[in-house]
Amino acid sequence: MKPPPFAYHAPTSVAAALELLAELGDDGKVLAGGQSLIPLLNMRLAAPAHLVDINRIDELVGIEVGDDAVTVGAGVRHAALERDEAAAQAAPLLRQALRLVAHPAIRNRGTVCGSIAHADPAGELTAVLALLGGTVRVARHGGDSHDIAAADFFVAPLESSLRPADLVTSVRFPRPPIGAGSAFVEFARRHGDYALCGIGATVALADDGSVATARVGAISIHPTPLVVDCGAALVGRPPDDERALTAAAELVDEASSPEPDLHATVLYRRQLTRVLTARAIAAAGAHARRRRRGTTHPTQEGIDG
Amino acid sequence: MAETLEQVTLRVNGTTRQLRVPARRLLSDALRHDLRLTGTHVGCEHGVCGCCTVLLDGDPVRSCLMFAVSAEGHELTTVEGLTPRDGDELHPIQRSFQECHGLQCGFCTPGFIMSIAGLLADNPDPDEDEIVEGISGNLCRCTGYRNIIRAVQRAAELLRAAESEAPGADDPSPHGAATTTSVSVPYAPSGADDHDATGDEGSAR
Repeated sequence: MKPPPFAYHAPTSVAAALELLAELGDDGKVLAGGQSLIPLLNMRLAAPAHLVDINRIDELVGIEVGDDAVTVGAGVRHAALERDEAAAQAAPLLRQALRLVAHPAIRNRGTVCGSIAHADPAGELTAVLALLGGTVRVARHGGDSHDIAAADFFVAPLESSLRPADLVTSVRFPRPPIGAGSAFVEFARRHGDYALCGIGATVALADDGSVATARVGAISIHPTPLVVDCGAALVGRPPDDERALTAAAELVDEASSPEPDLHATVLYRRQLTRVLTARAIAAAGAHARRRRRGTTHPTQEGIDG
Repeated sequence: MAETLEQVTLRVNGTTRQLRVPARRLLSDALRHDLRLTGTHVGCEHGVCGCCTVLLDGDPVRSCLMFAVSAEGHELTTVEGLTPRDGDELHPIQRSFQECHGLQCGFCTPGFIMSIAGLLADNPDPDEDEIVEGISGNLCRCTGYRNIIRAVQRAAELLRAAESEAPGADDPSPHGAATTTSVSVPYAPSGADDHDATGDEGSAR
């Protein structure tokens, strides 16, 4: 189908965009990559009176890799972050997850901040942001920018704590500790489809090679990205200890509240949760071992695991 | 009743085109209806099938998930732009689809070809996993994909041969000699004449 009519605005500065959004209030909607919004318009599931296209705002296009975080501007496309070597080195989980976001043609256009603002419970990057303890920077006309922690940002499926006239200008992914490993695994009916369950994991190892910290961020099994600390099951154990992995999988399963749909029953999603949690933690543990030994090749960073 | 029209300047296949369309005009519809470039096909119109894939500054994107007005200032390439305008010659990717039987009904083919053009420009020698990833966003209901994967491998060979072929060098394959287009320059602007699609056609709705 075709999108419903709307008035189109294409500001070239953040200030102009904020002013427009303030003027439009509830009637305004931000258009970034459009890879979630335009399907909704085409299917007539959304009909905003005004679209504010932020694709012409150059100041929003930037990836900044700092000592403690990777900050991604609202104009940055999935493909650009996926290809950024410095970002992949600093936080390998970014590339590990980005490779699972839809298809190359979607990643060439879709934006990282847009995925997060869309707050789809199946969106890989929501879990990455939550798992790394990241924040969303929000600007609005006549006020200072403020940061919202991921835990407060995702409220319900497709619902964030953004208010009308708010603009996400960047998101900040804190770097995991040096030597920590990560992995993102998911199961979808076809590669690139929405995952029936997806699990990201970060594992840090102690000097003796046992697990020091283990955390999981999950998609598609909870109304919002679910973060579970699996330390109780794994600390002091080797990261590939079968019994510890089973116990960790139980923790995630218990914390989740999956919904049934056309593609998977609740029981099936629970089964996927347990299997994928064990796989993700084991892979993140193996990744941590390789990083400690310094055996990951830079270009391989983020691909394995 | 009348919808506000936007004046849009598009660069398509090396030529500049002017059109007046509502802001909600999808790029896919602008290409097909306003510019009469019907090689870009429209299947699902919500980003699933991949039939409408075109290159935006060299990268494959869904033209049904973009407004024409947002494409201003970018370089667009459609399947029509892969080959010289009046030439009978096929692009190496098109030829490899023919040779390897990479199509049956042909509906999905332009989208596949544009995705593959983007893939091979980025990665001239993809392995099978990379090929599968590269075409994962395009659906084909006829071929079962095996022949398409073979066609990508064949197209990569043809393009690499064309790339490494120095003038006057012996032609190692019967296909090498005819290969003059490369995906890094995916269109052959035979005289960058400008077209003006402003008018009744563009502003009819």
